[in-house]
Amino acid sequence: MAALRTRAAGWWSGSILGRHLLVALLGLVVVVAVSESVSDFRNLQLASMAYLGIAAGGLTVLTGLNGQISLGHGALMAIGAYTTALLLDDREASTPLPLVVLAAVVVTLVVGIAVGAAAARLHGPYLAGATLALAVAVPGIALYFKEQLGGEQGLRVVVPDIPTWALDLAYFVTGQDLTRSRYVAYLAWFTLIVTFVLLANLSRSRVGRRWRAVRDDEVAAELAGVRLGRSRVSAFVVSAAAAGAAGAMMAVTVRLAAPSGFTLTLSLTLLSAVVLGGLGSLAGALIGAALLTFLPQVVTDLGVDAGLSDIRAAELAPLVYGVVMVLVVLLAPAGIVGTVRGAVLRRRGRSAPPAATTTGAAADPTTSTSTSTSTDAGPDPGASPGTSTDPDSTATTTSKGSTT
Amino acid sequence: MRRRLHRSATLVAAATAGALLLGACGAGGRDDDGGDGDGGGGDGGGASAPGVTEDSIKIGAHFPLTGVAAPGYSEIPTGAKAYFDYVNAQGGIYGRQIEYVVRDDGYNPTNTSSVTNELVLEEEIFAMVGGLGTPTHSAVVDFLNDEGVPDFFVSSGSLQWGDDPSAYPYTFGWQTDYEIEGKIIGQYVAENMPDAKVGLFLQDDDFGDDAEKGVRQFLDDQVVAAERYTSGNTDVGPQIAKLQASGADMVLSFNTPSYTALSQLVALKLGYEPQWFYTNVGSDADLVGSLLSRFSEGAVEGGSSSLDGVLTTEYIPGVDQPDDPWVQLWQKVWDEHGEKGELTNYRVYGMSHAYAFVQALQAAGEDLTRDGIVEAMEEIGADLEGPQLAPFRYSGDSHLGISGMRIVEIKDGAGEDLTPVLVTDIGDAEITEDDSGQDGDAPPESGVPEAP
Repeated sequence: MAALRTRAAGWWSGSILGRHLLVALLGLVVVVAVSESVSDFRNLQLASMAYLGIAAGGLTVLTGLNGQISLGHGALMAIGAYTTALLLDDREASTPLPLVVLAAVVVTLVVGIAVGAAAARLHGPYLAGATLALAVAVPGIALYFKEQLGGEQGLRVVVPDIPTWALDLAYFVTGQDLTRSRYVAYLAWFTLIVTFVLLANLSRSRVGRRWRAVRDDEVAAELAGVRLGRSRVSAFVVSAAAAGAAGAMMAVTVRLAAPSGFTLTLSLTLLSAVVLGGLGSLAGALIGAALLTFLPQVVTDLGVDAGLSDIRAAELAPLVYGVVMVLVVLLAPAGIVGTVRGAVLRRRGRSAPPAATTTGAAADPTTSTSTSTSTDAGPDPGASPGTSTDPDSTATTTSKGSTT
Repeated sequence: MRRRLHRSATLVAAATAGALLLGACGAGGRDDDGGDGDGGGGDGGGASAPGVTEDSIKIGAHFPLTGVAAPGYSEIPTGAKAYFDYVNAQGGIYGRQIEYVVRDDGYNPTNTSSVTNELVLEEEIFAMVGGLGTPTHSAVVDFLNDEGVPDFFVSSGSLQWGDDPSAYPYTFGWQTDYEIEGKIIGQYVAENMPDAKVGLFLQDDDFGDDAEKGVRQFLDDQVVAAERYTSGNTDVGPQIAKLQASGADMVLSFNTPSYTALSQLVALKLGYEPQWFYTNVGSDADLVGSLLSRFSEGAVEGGSSSLDGVLTTEYIPGVDQPDDPWVQLWQKVWDEHGEKGELTNYRVYGMSHAYAFVQALQAAGEDLTRDGIVEAMEEIGADLEGPQLAPFRYSGDSHLGISGMRIVEIKDGAGEDLTPVLVTDIGDAEITEDDSGQDGDAPPESGVPEAP
């Protein structure tokens, strides 16, 4: 029994991909369980949470791991959404959904390369400025090419009928008929899980270590042989591709791609979600997305129940969001996940006897593993804050304070 | 190597375990009867429709309660709510109280989609009543019709709500559509100012496009310039300057109230003084007055007289006619059931479409169903009497709303009639004087429409 445990623990700390896939699988089970037990409306909210989560996940990799700030992710989502809308313009559109999502990702990726080339030369406020221009300009493109892109009213998206095999599979697994809302929620969460597994793997690989090296010290990174430009472009492109997938899911969920859905506010909202959750953490991105999705509706309902007029109740939502933002920045400057992780690390530092460090982390991985799994609950494959074999995990947490 | 093999074996094992777990809670095969039974709103007879109980009817709407479009528009639901409360206080409709749920979409179609999901799936409203905005409502019109939710009296004059009922069988327009407004204005200008050089100032969406189509039917030769602005871009300097350069001495503007104020300010700056002719949508004198003084930071004195001399149209009586029996009813309703603040034209608008919806409920009868109310509206909609100056056009072939309007000149903040009520329809339908007598009618004593 003890041998099995040691072996499992060894596998856990040894195989990053395996670990991520296992968490992803658990996440999938949680998603199915949650989705099947809530109403159609909650499923559509879950789908919104998923597309915001995908975009925030991409952004958190860019900002948290590579130290670049993008104010243009809303525009990149618009590119993904419009690509989807153009491919799914009527019920007879025969392009299968996975291909549509792939096309959205590829188109956004190409735009990401172009913008990323600029990103390679700029950083800090200059990059923020350049991406800001993107956020302002892209909705304008939709207005200018009114004939093709529908102008102010945008393009409607017709989600193709649910394929029979999906209906059958869903019925086989859950015993319920698959509704459209649930189908959309599954699509969005499946995309989220795939994206997060890829992002998590990438950020723990050599590429991710280069990104972090560039973020922490450019000169040192360059001396160590990391090519700054290439590293920055690759981070931006990966992040853009995630935004493209998010845009595709947004189009499918909202059934519309219109310029007023992709204003600068969306980009800023994404950034605030990332800051709320904790820079550089995929779990944080997911928490931020959940706050963005559920907070306004919950607060408005509370306001109405408390007897406020509809207008007052509607005004309450942005107010509460603002207050939450201020509180998080004041009390938990590393974001929600960052602060929790910091607290856990500190406690572990207190309770673990100094002998643990002398014997070497790999020799006694069980203790550290159990704590690290307990910190990232939920369907989150990427946020495993690293076992003691990964020197980056502490670096990530500490640098967060300074970046924000 | 061995370790690697081992690892992947564990991986496969884990995956299999997961798959088994999923399979274990599986439920065999699905009945293959294409079981989409509840689509299309085919709810059977009786009062079994969603949102309807023995003693209540739940309806919903999306409005911009916050954000740039909120001034003015956020008052519409307060008016509608006051009227529904008034009806409820008199015993409701067939003993049912009307529960009116309003959600804020901030004039953002993405939000409209999510709040409509909430209204339809979570609140389970019986019908959508008065959802506002062309781009916003476009985002949900497919969904509402797919779900079979009656989508009454969209607060927008776009043609798409009613010109093809086979595409959107559950959607009804309400206000005079932009195309016939354009036609009526076009004919008036062609007959009364045949020498005017006409410039067009248009919002760059259905609003401007539909209106331009109507105007050009009569004025194609007289139009010397057509300039468009994008809603959201507050710099209209270039457009107004081009109109001035084209020599237009008459500008027909199809825009929202903010752009009435902006165009007036820019024209003032440029010293451009054509005869202005604003659409009904953009000519609320009180709101434009307050926007003018706000945008100019007090340099221009606002107030309701700021649009004096401007031509516009009207299709329901407004607060500038305190002697009109309908306005007297609205005043009474507002005093009894309204929130703080004065009765405004936006509140009157909300009350007017609430009145029409109560008529629809009366017509649908005691056994209220979603399909029933749509059929009832197609059957008797054209004969309904209400605050509107001209009759509705509802039938099996058209779900377009009010069929006409009259042209007025604003003097001291009030409209002075220049024409009788003119009615027409989209396309090349002729414009005629209205003979339905809707203009002179008065509400029933109780203020609640009677069942037909």
